[in-house]
Amino acid sequence: MDMLTTATEWFTIPWSFAFIQRALLVSVVAGVVCAVLSCWMTLIGWSLMGDAVSHAVLPGVVLSYMFGLPFAAGALAFGAGSVALIGVVNRTSRVKEDAVIGVVFTAMFALGLVLISRVPSQTDLGHILFGNVLGVSDTDIWQILLLGAAVLIVIWYKHRDLTLYAFDPVHAHAMGINPRLLETLLLGLLSVTVVVALQAVGIVLVVAMVIIPGATAYLLTDRFEHMLLISSAVAVAAAVTGVFTSFHLNVSTGGAIVLAQATAFALAYLFSPRQGVLFKGRIARRRRARTPGH
Amino acid sequence: MNAAIEVTDTTVRYGDVLALDNVNLSLPPGRVCGLLGTNGSGKSTLFKTVLGLVPADHGRIRILGHTNTQARRKGLLGYVPQSEQVDWAFPVRVRDVVMMGRYGHMSARRRPRPADHQALTHALERTHLSDLADRQIGALSGGQRKRAFIARAIAQNAQVLLLDEPFAGVDKRSEEHIVELLRQLGAEGHTLLVSTHDLAQVPDLCDQALLLQRRVIAHGHPAHVLHPDNLMQAFGTHTDQEARAWTC
Repeated sequence: MDMLTTATEWFTIPWSFAFIQRALLVSVVAGVVCAVLSCWMTLIGWSLMGDAVSHAVLPGVVLSYMFGLPFAAGALAFGAGSVALIGVVNRTSRVKEDAVIGVVFTAMFALGLVLISRVPSQTDLGHILFGNVLGVSDTDIWQILLLGAAVLIVIWYKHRDLTLYAFDPVHAHAMGINPRLLETLLLGLLSVTVVVALQAVGIVLVVAMVIIPGATAYLLTDRFEHMLLISSAVAVAAAVTGVFTSFHLNVSTGGAIVLAQATAFALAYLFSPRQGVLFKGRIARRRRARTPGH
Repeated sequence: MNAAIEVTDTTVRYGDVLALDNVNLSLPPGRVCGLLGTNGSGKSTLFKTVLGLVPADHGRIRILGHTNTQARRKGLLGYVPQSEQVDWAFPVRVRDVVMMGRYGHMSARRRPRPADHQALTHALERTHLSDLADRQIGALSGGQRKRAFIARAIAQNAQVLLLDEPFAGVDKRSEEHIVELLRQLGAEGHTLLVSTHDLAQVPDLCDQALLLQRRVIAHGHPAHVLHPDNLMQAFGTHTDQEARAWTC
């Protein structure tokens, strides 16, 4: 009975604070939007691209604060701008794409650092880099809800084309469906999603949110539809666990959310019925035992 | 009548490397043409050029009288990729892959209508994959995998099919099955350009053969194309004996 009370209180005490409720709302919404997109990111292999876009928005966020614009405006401009710049440099030079990505996103991030050191303002670098989910304003929440809904609606409408692009872009091309347009759409969605997740976990950890849930789900199923559900569930569970844990242990909320996601990944990696390393080992041992000559 | 595939004076370069040298090819509708040549002979480049993935330095490509952009928009071109180009661990089922062949016929949301489901069922039946439709694509055997991609082209109702090494990694029984299926498609008026290493397969499968070594060495009836002198030019002395063994 006592344990039950303790367990209940573990949730109810933080819940009585408005800032925790808001943090939960933001983390869950951002988590789900990222998780849905992460299924395509994982399958295409775009984790470096996720890292790039998230770092490249820093100057945009700083400029937005400078000019009193919504943070999403500047972040989006720089996120999309960097993606375009990566594409242009990649097509017009012999440098390989991953090197181009490395150059562009670090340069953008450096520009952000320089700007922030010269701009006298209330912007806290720590909040941008590591998230400030316990202090989100009403405007922030509205931006996150609107952008998140926009991303989910576009994905819902074009999900079959996005999967076609991820699976076989040459076939898309052969059928007269432009794979470059689909790639651009997906990069656009990534830019907006990164902006949605910024408030929750900060620039440095955004890439985790757009990769880990999808990668975890990929270990657990062979069906894309199930991947979407599992990755979203992982993101919601991690958001709740992360926010409450950070309250009780007084640790970084963004860090706790990403750690919770990483724990889910580790569990799937070890225990997934078909893909888990422990079971794989067991199946291999059983097979060896059955094979004559062993 | 328009040729199904017409390639005129086409040259393709990758930087300084000459990949296709003034290639001419005219393939009437309803033919199965074997595309033969060593690795690096330009077979893949020819496919890519016909698909419009690689721009030609000069030359002209027509598919049933259309430019390749028009042909692609009309859904005339089907493509069966090499095994190495497919992510077999991708979480799609056989039915999902075959249904992708229908996307060109669908609205922007790609929501299947009854006609699309019918085409899917039909394509799965013709390739004997109906019972395996709910398998993940990688859980198929080599021959079944190839048939799944042929089913995708059937569902698409592509008039011109490009098949890149459809017999690689396929056992003998599946190979016979695929040959029969491709012959039927040809008899129905589809045009097939099939790249293959397996010269023994060519007389059974193809009405025509095309021997490529950056330029066209021979094009015509398989018996003529597979003449040892031609094979020597294309494959060199190294595999000459092998080539003789095949044609004898």
